[in-house]
Amino acid sequence: MEAQEHEWILRLADDALVLAQRLSEWCSHGPALEEDIALSNIALDLLGQARAMLTLAGGREGRGRDEDALAYFRTDSEYRNALLVELPNGHFGDTITRQMLFDQFAVLRYDALANQSVDLELSAIASKALKEVRYHAAHSSQWVVRLGDGTEESHQRVQESLNVLWPYTEELFEDDAVSQACAAAGILPLNASFKEVWSSQVQSILSEATLSIPESKALLTGGRNGRHTEHLSYMLAEMQVLQRTYPGAEW
Amino acid sequence: MTQEMDLNQRFEQYIAADQKIEAKDWMPDAYRKTLIRQISQHAHSEIIGMQPEGNWITRAPSLKRKSILLAKVQDEAGHGLYLYSAAETLGISRDEMLDALHTGKAKYSSIFNYPTLTWADMGAVGWLVDGAAIMNQVPLCKCSYGPYARAMVRVCKEESFHQRQGFQIMLTLSQGTAEQKELAQDAFNRWWWPSLMMFGPNDATSKHSEQSMRWKIKRFSNDELRQRFVDMTVPQAELLGLTVPDADLKWNEVTGHYDFGPIDWGEFEQVVAGNGPCNRERIDTRVTAHENGAWVREAATAYAAKSSKRASSQNSAA
Amino acid sequence: MSTPNTEWPLWEVFVRSKQGLSHKHVGSLHAADAAMAISNARDVYTRRQEGTSIWVVKAEDITASTPSEKDVMFDPANDKVYRHPTFYDLPDEIKNM
Repeated sequence: MEAQEHEWILRLADDALVLAQRLSEWCSHGPALEEDIALSNIALDLLGQARAMLTLAGGREGRGRDEDALAYFRTDSEYRNALLVELPNGHFGDTITRQMLFDQFAVLRYDALANQSVDLELSAIASKALKEVRYHAAHSSQWVVRLGDGTEESHQRVQESLNVLWPYTEELFEDDAVSQACAAAGILPLNASFKEVWSSQVQSILSEATLSIPESKALLTGGRNGRHTEHLSYMLAEMQVLQRTYPGAEW
Repeated sequence: MTQEMDLNQRFEQYIAADQKIEAKDWMPDAYRKTLIRQISQHAHSEIIGMQPEGNWITRAPSLKRKSILLAKVQDEAGHGLYLYSAAETLGISRDEMLDALHTGKAKYSSIFNYPTLTWADMGAVGWLVDGAAIMNQVPLCKCSYGPYARAMVRVCKEESFHQRQGFQIMLTLSQGTAEQKELAQDAFNRWWWPSLMMFGPNDATSKHSEQSMRWKIKRFSNDELRQRFVDMTVPQAELLGLTVPDADLKWNEVTGHYDFGPIDWGEFEQVVAGNGPCNRERIDTRVTAHENGAWVREAATAYAAKSSKRASSQNSAA
Repeated sequence: MSTPNTEWPLWEVFVRSKQGLSHKHVGSLHAADAAMAISNARDVYTRRQEGTSIWVVKAEDITASTPSEKDVMFDPANDKVYRHPTFYDLPDEIKNM
């Protein structure tokens, strides 16, 4: 059970860390100064969540790995995030649509963790994170509506973003031996249990945004087991460069 | 004409009595223009200044350092925003200021045209560049134009952690491995002189200084502030075990200050003229971000128009 | 290059720093709509726990007194000293009033 829970916490932590890393790439490239600041804020929240969970996972594991050991010395195949969050930022419409799809999921997951989990340390982290991701969810959904129902150009662009990103959403709701064991132990409900509420929330945002859910048969998955897109390895190469170049140095 | 003279006289009396000027108050055109130039340059410096440090956010060597650096660069965006807002009270729009920046008409602090080559540059920039900036900025909290002074109070309050985090990076490196010490010394070598240039030309050749001092937009001369910076920084470098890259540097018992070698103003002028190592990249990055964001800004405007139209037609229906 | 008239409107931001105090003007920002203005104000002006409540108002909706009429507006209050309690002398025996 401990190994499964460890695995499960890494999934949560890596979702937050990888998305934070992506969002931090926006710094000084945002569409307006105000939005630049907003994206940095979201990245900082996610980074804080990732650090808390990596510290927890490292501590419980008892192999002397701290947050940085876990962040900087795992390879891409040891990362456990969903594929959705590692995709390159693309344009602002791509980023904010990805954010909306993820935020809606993150709210449900943290809500369950904060209010139902038997793991009190994890639920304490989740209670704090829940407030943050609720704010993120409001921010990203407002933007999806603005872009979807904005100009003809923005509508087309963001519909295209949705078409590309949609096939990655199914992975969020997949269950396997790890999530089943954790559900049975009362740590967190099955991922599949979030699907219905998520779908209806996302549907209502998209209809306000005058966007339509694409027909998609592709099923893009594998992140939870370390089978990632080509993008993650590049992202980690950049992120980990100093730690790997100067092993053992303090920064 | 006499009315203009009255107003001018009253304005000068006001300034002399250390009163603040507010946005809608009468002010001489030259005062307004000077402020717009200075505040917008200052805002541009914050915005362009995000890039050299933003360059290392994705590569920060620990998650803690990543958080700190991201928060710091975010603050710079905030400071740019406060300053653009202060300038806007003088009757210029942010878009006009951005256009001036993007087309090269407006200047920004030359220091940001130098590259950040290693992680140690995050230390050196925070310690030296922010240190010099704070020295320049603290007196501006008392400048005669209210909105600028208030923006600067906020900026200075928030900046206070910036220099410390930079110094802390340098301290960690200087106590680290031999390679890390080398990184620290190398960064110090590259940033020392450009930091001294940040205070602007020598008083004798500074073209805007005198009038600005009289108007209390500026409260200390370039050379005074530069000397203060050197006096403060040299002991800190000693503490870090770093060597100041200036063979002429020595303590002067008579003046009670450090004497330092001549500044290469030729280099300064080259960088100001656009020929520094990163001038082109900095502006290109800014222009690209602005252009890539155009459709987003337009969409938000269109959506706002649509929703307020919907709201008003609902109201009239009810 | 953008033209000035496509710019998002300017909003003035007022923040209540803690319960029991009134909202105070802290600065301004640009936003396309009211929700964005609140959201931006939160991220720009309350990153360091400076607030418990935010007001935003479009700058163009503010009506202000005219600075050139400052004297006419405010000087007449100068000689109405009887509005202040210190104007009134009380016998020493009375400690509090």
